[in-house]
Amino acid sequence: MVNDFSGMDELYRDFILDHYRNPRNAGTLESPDASFEDNNPLCGDKIRMDLKLRDGLVDDIKFSGRGCAISQASASLLTEAVKGKTLAEIAKIGKEDVLENLGINISAARLKCALLGLKVLKQALALKTTEDL
Amino acid sequence: MKSVVREADHPLVLSEAEVALIRADFPILKERPHGKPLVFLDSAASSQKPVQVIEAMDDYYRRYHANIHRGIYHISELATEAYEEARAKVARFIGSPCAAECIFVRNATEGLNLVAYAWGRHNIRKGDIILTTEMEHHSNLVPWQILAHEKEAKLRFVPITEDGRLDLTHLDDLLDGAKLFAFTAVSNTLGTINPVKELSARARATGAISVVDACQAVPRMPVDVTDWQCDFMAFSSHKMLGPTGVGILWGRKELLDAMPPFLAGGGMINVVGYESSTYADVPARFEAGTPAIAEAIGLGAAVDYLETIGMDRVHAYEMKLATIALDKLSREPHVTIYGPGIEHRTGVISMTVGDIHAHDLASILDREGICVRAGHHCNQPLMEKLGVPATTRASFYIYNTPAEIDALVAGIGVAKRIFKIA
Repeated sequence: MVNDFSGMDELYRDFILDHYRNPRNAGTLESPDASFEDNNPLCGDKIRMDLKLRDGLVDDIKFSGRGCAISQASASLLTEAVKGKTLAEIAKIGKEDVLENLGINISAARLKCALLGLKVLKQALALKTTEDL
Repeated sequence: MKSVVREADHPLVLSEAEVALIRADFPILKERPHGKPLVFLDSAASSQKPVQVIEAMDDYYRRYHANIHRGIYHISELATEAYEEARAKVARFIGSPCAAECIFVRNATEGLNLVAYAWGRHNIRKGDIILTTEMEHHSNLVPWQILAHEKEAKLRFVPITEDGRLDLTHLDDLLDGAKLFAFTAVSNTLGTINPVKELSARARATGAISVVDACQAVPRMPVDVTDWQCDFMAFSSHKMLGPTGVGILWGRKELLDAMPPFLAGGGMINVVGYESSTYADVPARFEAGTPAIAEAIGLGAAVDYLETIGMDRVHAYEMKLATIALDKLSREPHVTIYGPGIEHRTGVISMTVGDIHAHDLASILDREGICVRAGHHCNQPLMEKLGVPATTRASFYIYNTPAEIDALVAGIGVAKRIFKIA
């Protein structure tokens, strides 16, 4: 019975489950410099990201929300990856980087889950940039 | 279908042999997704199609495809005849006294929108009340929201009880002053069967018209609009063995006769001038443009198929599967089932399993060949009310078997092992 999960044990690796159940940087920030919330209307996954910026860097980031293991773990991993990064570096993060970070094969149906965190992060920073103009 | 024939001496519940014969009519059930037998438990979203429906549509395209209601030639007459025969079959199937009361639309959503636009825009005024319920599919909620905004009318909601039934304690107060009461016959999320006849009667008593979303009812139980005494009723073909792209809006003739057109164009007119036109009688008035002819014929074949089995038997078999499923799932540790007990529901079962999100559960079940629905089921306000972001929904139909329920339970076991839930 070791291998009866036919790839599913690979999709739900221990570190994915760990990030799902113990999300890093979970919570909200008071008076964030940038903030955005979005959901995936097809499935009801919801993610909010709050950021504190300093000298063009992400000084602090917190995320909150609910959803499947893939969406929540992906957002959790993303917050770890962007802390201390410049806005220019974050602008370069793409779909492939998120998927590589997750290290699993995502089917087309689940791609939206995996990418929701990135979408919210980019939107938060885009709004911030617009405000600054 | 030649073998499963309704006879007086047949017991109400389909036998194993009869279900095997039914399954043989559905080509898709031979598919093996991810190398596993296909276990299709998502018929509440869209049912599979028997070969009889597929062939009826194929036959039309191969032998007598032509536009309807216009051609003077033989195959156009054949097509018109088949299209109108499908309408007559549907009328008989739902107990409509007259075929003209059955309007071919794209789906139930379009049917409900038709009522909101063609009846609603001309009858709902500022300050009027539109009553609906807390368990509606978005398609029986959003059209009324739009109408209410447009007309500055008010929306009211019949609340639901803890166990997911309509709370009718204050129905008369809620109906007081209401012009329209829109409700579902069967909840697509909770499986709750609502007392349509009672709700329609109470609406009528206060002067409101009743609009019934019968999407989940028509496929799985005997439906009779004459007995229901409702004013409008809508359902989709694709949930009842028929093709996508066609559905029915049924309406009482005197209401339909008084309604202006919804969509305008060819086929719905009487006399057209450059400045103005007069409109055709129902149902043509509401069927502008070339309709989904093959699909209507396919729906007619689906009605034939269901009638051959008998809707009382379709319902009884689904209740058997629902009873088995509720029994087995409720014994499973960490499984939470939403909705009322078996006496008030049908074979649509929403659940959550521990802290496994519905999408993760559905992904894992998919690898086992099991198709279930995961999400909010077009029922976001209800999900908020239940306090869950999403549920996993299994729904059963005539081609499902008790063994497939065992496969579902086993699949849930796999998910619990992967998520390390003891």
